[in-house]
Amino acid sequence: MTTAVDTLHAPIHPLWLRITHWVNALAVVIMVMSGWRIYNAAPLFDFRFANDITLGGWLAGALQWHFAAMWLLAANGMLYLVLNIATGRLWRRFLPLSPGTLLADLKAALRGRLSHANPARYNAVQRAAYLFVMLDILLLVLSGLVLWKSVQFPLLRGLLGGYETARYIHFFAMAGLVGFVAVHLVMVAIVPRTLITIIRGR
Amino acid sequence: MRKTIHHPDQDIIIKEALGRIDSPARRRFLKGSLTLGGLSLLTGCDLSDSAGVEGALRRIDRFNDRVQAWLFDPKRLAPIYAESLITRPFPFNAFYGLNRVPQVDADSFRLEVTGLVADRHPWTLTELRALPQTDQVTRHICVEGWSAIGKWGGVPFHVFLKRIGADLNARYVGFKCADDYYTSIDMPTALHPQTQLTLTYDGETLPARYGFPMKIRIPTKLGYKNPKHVQAIFVTNSYPGGYWEDQGYNWFGGS
Repeated sequence: MTTAVDTLHAPIHPLWLRITHWVNALAVVIMVMSGWRIYNAAPLFDFRFANDITLGGWLAGALQWHFAAMWLLAANGMLYLVLNIATGRLWRRFLPLSPGTLLADLKAALRGRLSHANPARYNAVQRAAYLFVMLDILLLVLSGLVLWKSVQFPLLRGLLGGYETARYIHFFAMAGLVGFVAVHLVMVAIVPRTLITIIRGR
Repeated sequence: MRKTIHHPDQDIIIKEALGRIDSPARRRFLKGSLTLGGLSLLTGCDLSDSAGVEGALRRIDRFNDRVQAWLFDPKRLAPIYAESLITRPFPFNAFYGLNRVPQVDADSFRLEVTGLVADRHPWTLTELRALPQTDQVTRHICVEGWSAIGKWGGVPFHVFLKRIGADLNARYVGFKCADDYYTSIDMPTALHPQTQLTLTYDGETLPARYGFPMKIRIPTKLGYKNPKHVQAIFVTNSYPGGYWEDQGYNWFGGS
């Protein structure tokens, strides 16, 4: 009886998850906006980001923001991963994930027929998207380490193909993250009560 | 006849919406959260201007200096490249244009040496060229992100520091330049085997655009920590800062 009540009242998103989610959102916004300003100092491609959507005012300011928010991103990300693994939530909510169910759910999602009725259970598209963004942020951190300290991390530098290749990896991983955020926000607009769940827990 | 489309979430959405209508407090909360986005945009602008945030960022910047000093391995070498990989032409980069590169007279040039050193006699170019010389092909990484590979030759800086009897336990080595540039580095980096008092570029006397008569080449640091047209070297325990560093660029600037 008590177990049933507990399950009923247990939040869909525990408090630690809600906190790490919003801290991560803040860190990502600062990292991406200051990162765009840093990109503008020596663009890899034939375009620049409009200065209005960047953070820092100039290169030195953007670097200060970037190298401050990196601690927030890394510390919060570590806390998230440790708690996610320790509580078993990582396996419970994101696995199993098979190409078959992913494809089926993706088709259903594109036809507007994927249900979000049970917010406590992620469908295969959500599982794939959240696992992608975890790995993508990890790649951003690793390629960022090569750019920041290319001499001090020779193994990592070698694995990522050297300093110049790491710049491209860092850029494309950023593009992947921004793409995730765009889809994520569209989904929140379509299913607004997910916004309440990530704030209030249920 | 129109086909009725039954959305998979229809029932739960309607149930929830009905719940919302019943609860004015919730409605107010939702209305409030709508403007939260706008509010955060406004504070985003204010944030970067406020003195408190600038102070906090500067403190984290100092903290990052200490982290980098801790990460710095005095024995770890920057990668060495084949001469075929040298970037040609090697980019000119300064806080002024090519037409304003200082022209230093070789014969009257004297490198001043001051601070915590035993031998303060000024050095002529001939004397510097008589010291043991090495060449190295390394990657120059600019704080802007771009990089280029070049070949620099000269005196290992630790050899020079020992020759002038520098206090190797001092904290900083500072540099003053003919173009009014100035910067400073930590002693462990000054003693790194690849840190070089540079007199040549690609086998030729260092050209004016790359810092004639001498520069300090540090493959473990970003470009702005590699001063050109160096006229004076001093060893000190009081923080000397730097041209870009004093404007907000990170002091350690290591890679």
